[in-house]
Amino acid sequence: MRWLACVALVLLAAAAQARDAAPLADDPVLEQRVMRLASELRCLVCQNETLADSRADLAIDLRNQVREQMRAGKTDEEIKAWLTQRYGDFVLYRPPVKSSTWLLWFGPFVLLIAGGAALFIYLRRRRARTDTTQFTPEQHRQAQALLAEDLRDKTP
Amino acid sequence: MKSLRFILPLVLFVVLVGFLWHGLSLNPREVPSPLIGKPAPSFELTRLDQPAKAISEKDLRGQVWLLNVWASWCVSCMEEHPVLVQFAGQNVVPIYGLNYKDKRADALAWLAKHGNPYTMSLSDPEGRVGIDYGVYGVPETYVIDKAGVIRYKRIGPVTQEVLAEKILPLVQELKGS
Repeated sequence: MRWLACVALVLLAAAAQARDAAPLADDPVLEQRVMRLASELRCLVCQNETLADSRADLAIDLRNQVREQMRAGKTDEEIKAWLTQRYGDFVLYRPPVKSSTWLLWFGPFVLLIAGGAALFIYLRRRRARTDTTQFTPEQHRQAQALLAEDLRDKTP
Repeated sequence: MKSLRFILPLVLFVVLVGFLWHGLSLNPREVPSPLIGKPAPSFELTRLDQPAKAISEKDLRGQVWLLNVWASWCVSCMEEHPVLVQFAGQNVVPIYGLNYKDKRADALAWLAKHGNPYTMSLSDPEGRVGIDYGVYGVPETYVIDKAGVIRYKRIGPVTQEVLAEKILPLVQELKGS
């Protein structure tokens, strides 16, 4: 009889282990931490959603894993490393700065600087090209005469 | 110098078109696996047909093998299934199934109905081993070498083409080494 009770206890313990993730209200602080980290991670199934927003099965599983690991005392960095080990940098919405991502991180700034430099050079050249010569009074009179002539031609 | 003003934008345009053209041929759903070239993650799972028997990745060492992640609820698995059944008939390389987030009864019924290409299938009801293998869309297929290193991963259904062009040559090469 005692033996049976032991078996029952062991089975119950196993059943308790296999329980689904605790509902949200259980630990709001932990839940907030899970969601904060999950909002920086990409869902692999629907790739334009974060792990926090996605309702895909895999996203739910991964959120559960994140929650479980946080309970076990893992840091955010450790959990990210755990995920990238499996799914690559792709899961990170903020990819790490390394030689293969230099173009991604610094490309826009390089373009901005190049564009700024091109604009600066163009503007300077244009100013240099602008004619600053002054007309002599004689030339002014000539221009006036030409314009007046033109006006007379056009009026019927 | 004058001609540069016209040639430079043209060159930039051609480079941009080159990038975009290349982008067209990429599949955004295919995320390169960081596990390629790394030892296959360890597992300890029960056999689908013999729930009492546990198998670990160490039991499969010393041979080249395929790991095919499948499920009875997976629609695309149906697409690749005839290819796998036919391939298994050639006895080139053992195919081990990872029955991902499935019910045992459903999975067994599915195999009975559609044929069983697997040397054995292992049950991963909660998908934990799947996560360790970076599975995000069933079906997925891995080629694992004699030392237990993942050499190739196919995301999505295996086609005759993939089999003939990628998997088969790799398997032959790995078996030879």
